[in-house]
Amino acid sequence: MSKIGVFICHCGENIGAKVDCTRLASTLGDHPGVASSIEYKYFCSDPGQESVKKAIRDNNLTGVVVAACSPRMHEATFRKACAEAGLNPYMCEIANIREQCSWVHNDNDKATDKAIDIVRSMVEKVKRNNNLQPIEVPVTRRALVIGGGIAGIQAALDIANAGQEVVLVEREPSLGGHMAQLSETFPTLDCSQCIMTPRMVEAAQHPKIRLLTYAEIESVDGYIGNFQVKVRLKARYVNKSTCTGCGECITKCPSKKISSEFDCGIGKRTAIYTPFAQAVPNIPVIDKNSCTYFKNGKCKICVKTCPLDCIDFEMQDEFEDLEIGAIVVATGFQVQNNAMYGEYGFGKYQDVITGLQFERLASASGPTGGKVQRPSDGKEPETVVFIQCAGSRDPSKGVKYCSKICCMYTAKHAMLYAHKVHGGKSKIFYMDIRAAGKGYDEFTRRAIEEDEAGYLRGRVSKVWLENGKLMVRGVDTLLGKPVEIAADMVVLATAMVAQPDAKEFAKTIGIGYDEYGFFNEAHLKLRPVESSTAGIFLAGACQSPKDIPDSVAQASASASKVLALFSKEKLEREPVIAVNNESTCAGCWGCVLACPYGAIEKKDIMDRSGKLIKRVASVNPGLCQGCGTCVTFCRSNSIDLAGFTEKQIFAEVMGL
Amino acid sequence: MSEPFEPKITAFVCTYCTYAGADLAGTSRLKYAPNVRIIRLPCTGRISPMFILKALQKGADGILISGCHPGDCHFTHGNYHARRRWMVFRALLAFTGIPEERIKYSWISAAEGLKFADLINSITEDIRKLGPFDQYHKLIEETQAPASL
Repeated sequence: MSKIGVFICHCGENIGAKVDCTRLASTLGDHPGVASSIEYKYFCSDPGQESVKKAIRDNNLTGVVVAACSPRMHEATFRKACAEAGLNPYMCEIANIREQCSWVHNDNDKATDKAIDIVRSMVEKVKRNNNLQPIEVPVTRRALVIGGGIAGIQAALDIANAGQEVVLVEREPSLGGHMAQLSETFPTLDCSQCIMTPRMVEAAQHPKIRLLTYAEIESVDGYIGNFQVKVRLKARYVNKSTCTGCGECITKCPSKKISSEFDCGIGKRTAIYTPFAQAVPNIPVIDKNSCTYFKNGKCKICVKTCPLDCIDFEMQDEFEDLEIGAIVVATGFQVQNNAMYGEYGFGKYQDVITGLQFERLASASGPTGGKVQRPSDGKEPETVVFIQCAGSRDPSKGVKYCSKICCMYTAKHAMLYAHKVHGGKSKIFYMDIRAAGKGYDEFTRRAIEEDEAGYLRGRVSKVWLENGKLMVRGVDTLLGKPVEIAADMVVLATAMVAQPDAKEFAKTIGIGYDEYGFFNEAHLKLRPVESSTAGIFLAGACQSPKDIPDSVAQASASASKVLALFSKEKLEREPVIAVNNESTCAGCWGCVLACPYGAIEKKDIMDRSGKLIKRVASVNPGLCQGCGTCVTFCRSNSIDLAGFTEKQIFAEVMGL
Repeated sequence: MSEPFEPKITAFVCTYCTYAGADLAGTSRLKYAPNVRIIRLPCTGRISPMFILKALQKGADGILISGCHPGDCHFTHGNYHARRRWMVFRALLAFTGIPEERIKYSWISAAEGLKFADLINSITEDIRKLGPFDQYHKLIEETQAPASL
């Protein structure tokens, strides 16, 4: 006979104010098989957990139902408490009467009725729960970091410096990401390249880091501690092992007018190129789509120039399989294409540029050598208008969220412009100045007070060309007056958005993403660096817009999670896996077809003389992830899913 | 006047997407009709058509099945199996005379708390319009009643 304990948590007012917990407790107390039914203000608290343990010991409970918040919050807490009281932790279940009951209903009586149903159904399930033991799986102590920007580099270095192996994969020809494109960084105005390139070199030369640039992730299989990752090494058409990076081929390449991705279209590059002078590794790649040889079958000037015969036009993409224990995703962001703002003239007027293009103009290694010049005629602009929130916080045309870094980089741009063009006037249209961060507000004040950035609170309605000037019409809402400014250049503080292929990528590696394509963390507040998939962690702007300090902090946090994972010999996994009854299995292999993980194998059953009696399905507990698809396929009801057995679910349904 | 009919609806949802979406509706304090009881499963691939029949037998007036969007399944393709199974099961339902409208199939992700709340409200209203599922419940009563000759 079952002796179930029901523990009804008030969660302060959260449940108590909506659900009549006393009625709930007394109704459940009368339910067959319930030995104890008590209510308490906060069962998750220390005394709350103690009372659960005491009730288990006093009543020799065989199962526990905690009616409280979502199992996603405290299932682990209460299962641990049960284990401490000597009860198998898998005999404890949570009835979710907060997120899915008290918080979502207005009517107290109906909410209480629903809560009774929820708890009763769960009691019926727990009566049929079985003692389960966690499964142990080995851990491959090698991390994969995807993305070679500042977040990826930081995570890779932290893991490698702790003595663990890292494979760092970057899809561009060089490490660096967006940070390598920046001129100077807020709030210290130190040169981005000066702090970035040493880290790139350190990562490339680290004995524990294997660097795979110009490579992309093809597929990810397996699970925490045991991922199988296939990487595509894209053909560079340049032999990595012999190239010394002398750059002769680049100087001689006749296709010199290709728009440079690294310079955001402001600069030009050749068909055989490195993205920038400090590239790591400093080995060029051939852009197949622009190369004269690939287009016309003639040229091969680079082949003739190369002193070491490194160029190989026959090179093919290669694939490599990696055994990986944990993955850090640091795939970064992109800036939004502002073409949807026709009124700002982006794409129509050459001198309307994005913030990132301004970074390249202001960068000492940029196409203008750090001189702020108009892209159209190379003149120094006398007046520059900056438009903040060009895409951010605009539900109608752009994105709903705040991109977080634009207030700061626009202030920085105004300062850099003031330092580089003496007497230049900067005007900044803003909605709010969001400068939360160490030294940030001081920084924007400095832009206003020392570098005379003219802040105008309001939006811009139109930009048009008149007598060689970009006329900017907006409103100053603090004066309540429309303003018109004749500018030489307009800089849009474009929104940070997810990578264009972020959703596809998330599906490839099996993590969640939000409506914008940013990757989902397991818990926004308490588990901000873990993805919803065990063993995959997040770092940097692939999760949400972030500045450099936040990206670095999150990268180090991810690294520490990876290291914690690698500190164990074996991992314990939830024992929610399929189990086959070999005596009834008919060997129809429906389950084999159904299993997404290839976790079901065919097993021979022999008699004593070694004669084959029959072949049955056998579940590999290391590979099974516990989805239960095979159970539904099984015609003879032989396979069942521990923790969600047929009996348990039918009992839940019947308990409603 | 009799009380308005309150339909009983049983929902079978996967824990990774729709259950999380339902939790999000809760943490966002969205309000919706209290007629749905949720059964949490690891994946929609785990949902056997028998669960649906059992829930109807137990007195449910409507059923909701919801999981991750196509392509988003935590278990890579459990939801595709569920969808394929549903296509076949739906034909069987039609054949046996159970109205398909009583069973809803939907995709709700962990980010779609609002969609979850809206869905619960709309399915409750739809089932309310269809009225109690007496046809099936009476059949069950008759088959379970002791034979009297």
